[in-house]
Amino acid sequence: MSELSANLPPRRDRFRWLNSLWPWLCAASVALSVLMLAALLTLLAVRGLGHFWPASLEEVTLRSGESFAGQAVREVTLPQQEGDERLYFTGNRDIDGARWRWVAVDEIARRTQPADLIRLERTPWGDFIGRLEAIEQHDQRWEGEAAWQRLNALLALPISQRQDSQLLLTTTNGETLRQPLANVVSAQAPNAMSAWQKVHAWGEGVWRFLSEGPRAANTSGGVWPAIFGTVLMVILMSVMVTPFGVLAAIYLNEIAHQGRLTRFVRIGVRNLAGVPSIVYGVFGLGVFVYGIGGSLDEWFFSDTLPSPTFGTGGLLWASLTLALLTLPVVIVATEEGLARIPEAQREGAVALGATRLEMLTRIVLPMAAPAMLTGVILAIARAAGEVAPLMLVGVAKLAPQMPLDGEFPYLHLERKFMHLGYHLFDTAFHGEDVQAAIPLVYATALLLVLIVLTLNLTAIFLRHYLRRQRGNEC
Amino acid sequence: MLASLHSAHTSQAPVTHFAADRCCLSIDHFSLAYAGKPALRDLTLSVPRHRVTAFIGPSGCGKSTLLRAINRLHDLNESVAHSGHILLEGQDIHDSQMNVTELRRRVGMVFQTPNPFPMSIYENVAFGLRLQQRMPKRKRDDIIEWALTSAALWDEVKDRLHRSAWQLSGGQQQRLVIARTLAVQPDVLLLDEPASALDPISTLKIEELIRNLKSQLTLVLVTHNMQQAARVSDYTAFLHQGELVEYGPTDQVFTNPRLQRTENYITGRIT
Repeated sequence: MSELSANLPPRRDRFRWLNSLWPWLCAASVALSVLMLAALLTLLAVRGLGHFWPASLEEVTLRSGESFAGQAVREVTLPQQEGDERLYFTGNRDIDGARWRWVAVDEIARRTQPADLIRLERTPWGDFIGRLEAIEQHDQRWEGEAAWQRLNALLALPISQRQDSQLLLTTTNGETLRQPLANVVSAQAPNAMSAWQKVHAWGEGVWRFLSEGPRAANTSGGVWPAIFGTVLMVILMSVMVTPFGVLAAIYLNEIAHQGRLTRFVRIGVRNLAGVPSIVYGVFGLGVFVYGIGGSLDEWFFSDTLPSPTFGTGGLLWASLTLALLTLPVVIVATEEGLARIPEAQREGAVALGATRLEMLTRIVLPMAAPAMLTGVILAIARAAGEVAPLMLVGVAKLAPQMPLDGEFPYLHLERKFMHLGYHLFDTAFHGEDVQAAIPLVYATALLLVLIVLTLNLTAIFLRHYLRRQRGNEC
Repeated sequence: MLASLHSAHTSQAPVTHFAADRCCLSIDHFSLAYAGKPALRDLTLSVPRHRVTAFIGPSGCGKSTLLRAINRLHDLNESVAHSGHILLEGQDIHDSQMNVTELRRRVGMVFQTPNPFPMSIYENVAFGLRLQQRMPKRKRDDIIEWALTSAALWDEVKDRLHRSAWQLSGGQQQRLVIARTLAVQPDVLLLDEPASALDPISTLKIEELIRNLKSQLTLVLVTHNMQQAARVSDYTAFLHQGELVEYGPTDQVFTNPRLQRTENYITGRIT
C-alpha cells in the first residue's frame, strides 16, 4: 500500500489562486444584488415620494427684464452649447400657453423666494403660480393676508358651499385673472410654510395620491382606482387558481398512476410556466373574451347586443387569464409539498383505518398547506406585476366605474378595471405632458412594488401561522 | 456458511399448529410478489391469541412484508400480487365481505420510525376514534386516558396533552403511536421493528409494554434483535428468503432449534 502511494505524483492544484478568491466572488455577487435592489427602491422612493414635498417657488428675473415664477425642477448641460439650462415648472397654462420653461442659467439676473407666492391646483388648466390679490363673495371683499385666510377657510368647506366666490389673481409679470373658487382643488404658499407644515402638506399630498382618482389624462391626481383594481384582480385570481392548482397537484401526485404519461404531463405543466405572458393574453382574448364571453352575451344578454357585456375584456376574463398563467406555479409548488410528506405519515393514517380520502384531508393536505401557500405567494408575485396579457383582456386607461360598488350585484365581473402596471405604462408614454408624468411614474412604480410586497407578506404570515399552529417546521 | 442454509432440508419446515379456539391469525399457503418478484413463498403458520409472536430473519427475508400483508397495506401498491389466505379469527381478510378500514381498525400497526401526526398529543390519540362513530367528548377523553395509560405514557404527558406530539422524545413518540393504535381497541397489534430507532432505555420500556399488553391483545413483532425476540416473545418464526424455516415456542427455537440453519442464524454464523 505505502509503496503504491509513494509512486503517486504529488497532487497539483492548478487553480490554487481560486481557493482564497471564490468566497469573495460569491460575497461580491450577493453584495452587488443587494446594492442594486437597494438602489432601485431608493430611486423609486426619492423620486416618487419627493414629488409630494411642497417645493419652494422662485421669482426669477431675467437679464432681459422679463420675470416669471415657478418651481426649479432640474438642470441639464445641453450638448454643443455654452452653460447650463434649468427647467422651471411655471404652471399658468391658461395665460402663458405652456407649463414648463427652460431658461439658460446665464440669463438669470435675480432669483428670490417671496413668501406671498402661492400655488393653486385647479381642475381645468392645472396649476397656477402667482399672487392672491383678493377674494370676492357677493358684495364682500377680502384683501391681502385676510384673503389668504379666507381662501383656506373656504377650501375646508365642501365644494357645494363655495360656488359663488371669485379669486383675483396676478402673475409675476403683471397679468390678472379671475378664478372661480369652485374650480380650485387646493392652495399652498410653500415659501411661507414652516418645516412642520411642509411635512403635513407632504402627507396630505401622498394621501390624495393614494385615495383620489386620476385627473387630466392620468398626468395628475391619484391612483386609487388602479390600486383597487390591481388588488381585486389579484385576489380573484388567487381564489380561482388555488383550488384548480391544488386539485391538479393532488391528482398528479396522489391518484395518477406514476407512469410515462404522468411524467409527460408533469414536464408539460412545468414548461407552461415559461410561456410568455402575452401568449396567455392572446389565448384569453380568443377563448375567454370572444369565445365564452361572446356566447354568454348571446344567451343571457342578447337584449343589449351589439354592445357587449361579457364579450369584451373585463375583470373576470383578466383574472381567469392570470389564473391560467399562474396555474403551473401553484401545481408545481403543491406537488413538491405533497412529495415531501413522509410515506410513514400516510401509512400511519391508513393503518388506523382511515380511507384514502380521510388520509388526504386530515393528514396530507394540512401538512402540505404551507407548500400550497408558497405556490399562491409565487402566483401573486407573478400576477400582480403582469401587464402585457391584461392589455388584451380587460384593463382600461380610465375605467368609468369601479368593479366593486354598492349597486347590485356589487361585484361587477364584466367591467373593465384599472391596473397600476398599465397605469404606469400609460402615464409614462401616453400622457400629453411628459414632464409632469415623470414623478408620477416613479410614485406609481413604488406603489406597485409596495402592493406586491404587501400581498406577499400577507401570504407569508399566513404560512408562518399555519406552521406554528402545527408546532413544528416541515 | 450460506450453503448450510440451503442444506438438504427438503422436508416441510417444522411448524407449530394451534387449535382453532387458540388461534387468532392463521396464514394459509400465502404467497406474495412485488412486480413479479416473489417476496413470500407459500407461508403457512398460525398465531396464538394473547401471545407475542416474533418474526425473525435476515434483511429481505420477507418478515416485514408479511406483517404489512396482514394489515393489507399492500393495497396501496398496484404492483403487488398475492395468493393464498390470511384468516383473522377465521375470516379471510381479502374476502369481499371484509371492510378494509374495519380490518385495519382490528389489526393495528406500529412502524419502525415513530410517525406521530403533526398535531397535539390528544389529537394523535383521538385520530382513530374520530374516524369511527361520533362519541361524546367525555367518553373520548376516557378512552384517550385509558390508551395513554396502557401505553405507559399517561404520567409523562397528562399535563401537556395539547402540545405538539413532535416535541416528544423518540421513545415517547413510539409509545404515543402505540397508544394511538390501542385507542381504537384492536384485536391484533403488529409491531414492525418498533424499537430499532430508539435508545436502549426506550427500547426496554417498549419491551416491557409489549409484555404487559399481551393480556389485552395478540401481538406480532418483527425484529432484527435476537435478544429482543428471546426476551419478549412466546413464539418465534424464522423466515428466510420468503420461506418459513422454523416456527415454535421461543424457548425451543432459541435453545434447541430443530434445524441447523435456524441455529446458524441465531448464533450469528449467518447474517
